[in-house]
Amino acid sequence: MGRFQPYLLFGAAIVLPLILSNGGFVNFLADAGAFVLLALGLNIVIGFAGLLDLGYAAFFAIGSYTFAMLASPQFGIHIPFWVMLFVASGVAALFGILLGAPTLRLRGDYLAIVTLGFGEIVPQTFLNLSQWTGGPNGIGSLDQPSIFGYRFGFQALPYYYLILALIAVAVLAANNLRASRLGRAWMAVREDELAAAHAGINTTTTKLAAFAIGASFSGLAGCAYASKLQLVSPDQFGFNVSVAVLSMLVLGGMGNIPGVIVGSLVISSLDRFILPQLTNFMHNFGVQIDLTNSRFLIYGIILVMTMLFRPEGLIPSRQRRSELRAGKDAAVAEQTLYTETVL
Amino acid sequence: MALLQLENVTQRFGGLVAVDQLDFSIEAGSIVAMIGPNGAGKSTVFNLITGIYAPSTGRIVFDGRTISGMKTSSIAAGGIARTFQNIRLFAFMSALDNVMTGEHARMHANVLDSLLHTPAQRAEERRVRARAFELLRYVNLEHVAEQYASNLSYGMQRRLEIARALAGEPKLLLLDEPAAGMNSTEKSELVELIRRIRELGVTVFLIEHDMRLVKQISERITVLDHGEKIAEGTPDVVCADPKVIEAYLGAPA
Repeated sequence: MGRFQPYLLFGAAIVLPLILSNGGFVNFLADAGAFVLLALGLNIVIGFAGLLDLGYAAFFAIGSYTFAMLASPQFGIHIPFWVMLFVASGVAALFGILLGAPTLRLRGDYLAIVTLGFGEIVPQTFLNLSQWTGGPNGIGSLDQPSIFGYRFGFQALPYYYLILALIAVAVLAANNLRASRLGRAWMAVREDELAAAHAGINTTTTKLAAFAIGASFSGLAGCAYASKLQLVSPDQFGFNVSVAVLSMLVLGGMGNIPGVIVGSLVISSLDRFILPQLTNFMHNFGVQIDLTNSRFLIYGIILVMTMLFRPEGLIPSRQRRSELRAGKDAAVAEQTLYTETVL
Repeated sequence: MALLQLENVTQRFGGLVAVDQLDFSIEAGSIVAMIGPNGAGKSTVFNLITGIYAPSTGRIVFDGRTISGMKTSSIAAGGIARTFQNIRLFAFMSALDNVMTGEHARMHANVLDSLLHTPAQRAEERRVRARAFELLRYVNLEHVAEQYASNLSYGMQRRLEIARALAGEPKLLLLDEPAAGMNSTEKSELVELIRRIRELGVTVFLIEHDMRLVKQISERITVLDHGEKIAEGTPDVVCADPKVIEAYLGAPA
């Protein structure tokens, strides 16, 4: 990717809604943007540090509910939105550490199972703590952000720019982290935990940092998404959200920031545009199938197809492509090694 | 005073005594070897020193501090680096990144520095990168700095592992069968490299099966059999020891 390409794309994202003055489309872009934020956060946990987290939606829920409880008529507390961005990501990060701490000895499948459980427990807790969270009805009438006296209101456009700005921050943060002492430590832990420890890397704090920072991104997403929607309820944060975000990473290219963004945009547009349009299209021909009801079947098919035909994702990192090709080439390499060392 | 001292160290795995009341010490600035038949407990001794296991009994003192029971990463940061019997590089990181990772414990950037790329962080990155290049030159690998570790030849991977270990500026370097799988040219290069490492002021402790190499390079040899020390001394003394010959070749009929 060229050096200026990210800036060009960012510029295009700024003018895009001004050209397409279609409110529905801007609304879609704002929602898709929230999922880009989530995907960028999960990418730190899975893509960088290699910790398979299947309950990431839990942190999204924690971020959203933190905002909802502290910026709504629920308790009559109205902390300004911009402060809540920090508070919610801080709270999400704290829960990232709370989940991370007892699970650090677990790897791979075992970690996935525990995070899966956590992802189920959190929305269930919000559902049952009805005296604080409004139970199944959730919390409504959330505060809207305002800046220099301008209230965001109910239009999607200001939220779109808010989320775009948060994405820019998240991309910068993820990019900086990747090329740093901590980023190398994450990669080292992912590649070989024992060797990493022998290089003087404290694997415990390194993994906790991945959980905390990954979770903090979803705190940002939670604030923006909840304030845009004006509502949080437990059913927004189910296992399907965790799976959708994971699909975004797998499809786009795990570990690679542009790939993750593309992956989340593809999945979001599939969800909001392509499937409904395709359903309409088929209805016109008298085929009565509602594809939007089978979205998880379709995600599943996409995941399987990706793993079969392009396991490194649409826009992979150099690293991940090599890792996945390595399996295929291992037999060849072994033969070469043999010839080199013996002959 | 000895740099490393094992005092009456025993390691049991269930009923198996892998290392049995081992006592020995390594003087600073020396090159010493540990030999013994397969399964004698040599690698277990390394694993005890680097904190993978905490000894069942006894203690290990390094540089005046008791290190037995400490975390591996703290022991590494305290000045003990190692290579592995089966090479354990970060396969899909560049040779340069492998060595830079080895400098982790010598770096100071915290999470916030890493997040914001503060001027201090950038300066440190530049310094660490320059030093990593220097180390790659030192083991003659600077021409493959950007290649993935997994793409390097076997001999290169062995050298890269040593460069990564040296990146932490260790006082003691543990080499676990560094010559395994090497041809004679590579072995003589290795001998030369180990001597150069000692000249840096690093104490070298190696496990090796190649007796020619061991005799050529080490000042003292410790022989382990069934987890027990059966001989210790200069190469000539150890190789003439009947107990050593018996351990390797069996008792005379």
